Amino acid sequence: MKAIVIENLGKRFGTLWAVRDLSFHIDEGKILGICGPNGSGKSTLLKILAGLLRPTRGMVKIYGKNPSKHTKRVVSYMSEIDYLYPWMKAGEILDFAASFYEDWDERKRKDLVNFLKIEEDKKIRELSRGMRGRLKIALALSRRAKIYLLDEPLSGIDLSSRAKILDALVREYRGQEETMIISTHLVREAEPLFEEVIFLKEGEIILRGDADELRETRGKSITEIFLEYFI
Amino acid sequence: MTLIQFKKFDESRPIYLQVIEAIKKAIIRGELKPGDKIPSVRELAQELRINPNTVQKAYQELEREGITFTRRGQGNFVTEDQDKITSLKQEILEKIVRDFIDELSSVNLNLEDIMEKIKEYMKNEGHSNRKFR
Repeated sequence: MKAIVIENLGKRFGTLWAVRDLSFHIDEGKILGICGPNGSGKSTLLKILAGLLRPTRGMVKIYGKNPSKHTKRVVSYMSEIDYLYPWMKAGEILDFAASFYEDWDERKRKDLVNFLKIEEDKKIRELSRGMRGRLKIALALSRRAKIYLLDEPLSGIDLSSRAKILDALVREYRGQEETMIISTHLVREAEPLFEEVIFLKEGEIILRGDADELRETRGKSITEIFLEYFI
Repeated sequence: MTLIQFKKFDESRPIYLQVIEAIKKAIIRGELKPGDKIPSVRELAQELRINPNTVQKAYQELEREGITFTRRGQGNFVTEDQDKITSLKQEILEKIVRDFIDELSSVNLNLEDIMEKIKEYMKNEGHSNRKFR
């Protein structure tokens, strides 16, 4: 079953096309890595899928439906931006999200808080960037969504938090009916998680494929292939 | 269980193939014995920090080759067919030798030089007393 279908998708901001003419689909149960440098259109694409931006042209279907209130119920989106209010406690933010989402799972929350060593009593302003990154991941993964959209979950975060976040992703990913899209420019650390990859450059797909097939046919890691395209 | 050989991946080769090889080697070394349960897909994916679907793909291939079998609801187990394990040893041995010879012929060594080098190495490193099963 196709979780997401995109055809001729374009998004323009003023005169700039952030995303031009993208077409691809993702089967249910896959982890797709979207790799590209800053400004390649990754965040714009994820925001469109999350229903936060309207496409300028083209078609987006999430389980056959246009992005809307209804698709938001099955899509868990993690923004790249540090949007957490500094005066709130980590636990208060989790409670707030819990009241907001129907598919929130307290058991997953407890497990993630425990695993990621998040101190719920601490205020956001007291947390390191790494800890704030962990909290954002916990917020996204505590839902029982069908699609998870994670925008740069590793960026600007210390090494140990990056490792912990990757571990949490593997732990929480249920496969089969869960689809995950992870955007990143830190290909080296994330590539073992990807089943499929898309390279995005200036709003266009320049490479797409099964990660292990690409390794097989090119005799190179996804990281090495990435560097060939972007250096 | 500890499958130490797993710890280092070569990301320039398909990861599912490396999972298959690591399980096969664990069987040959006797770390996994006939009838033993192999780690669950989730356990192994977490230990290796890789996509569970990649582990699943490797496990399907191992089962297709008859090296493991599934017990419904219980997981994957190493075959109890001794012939399978013997031919697996043969297969791995051939692969090691092939890779070894390929590597050496790429630096233009002939067979005599190679044999001489092996003898010399075994002597110096004290490998001659090591058990070869």
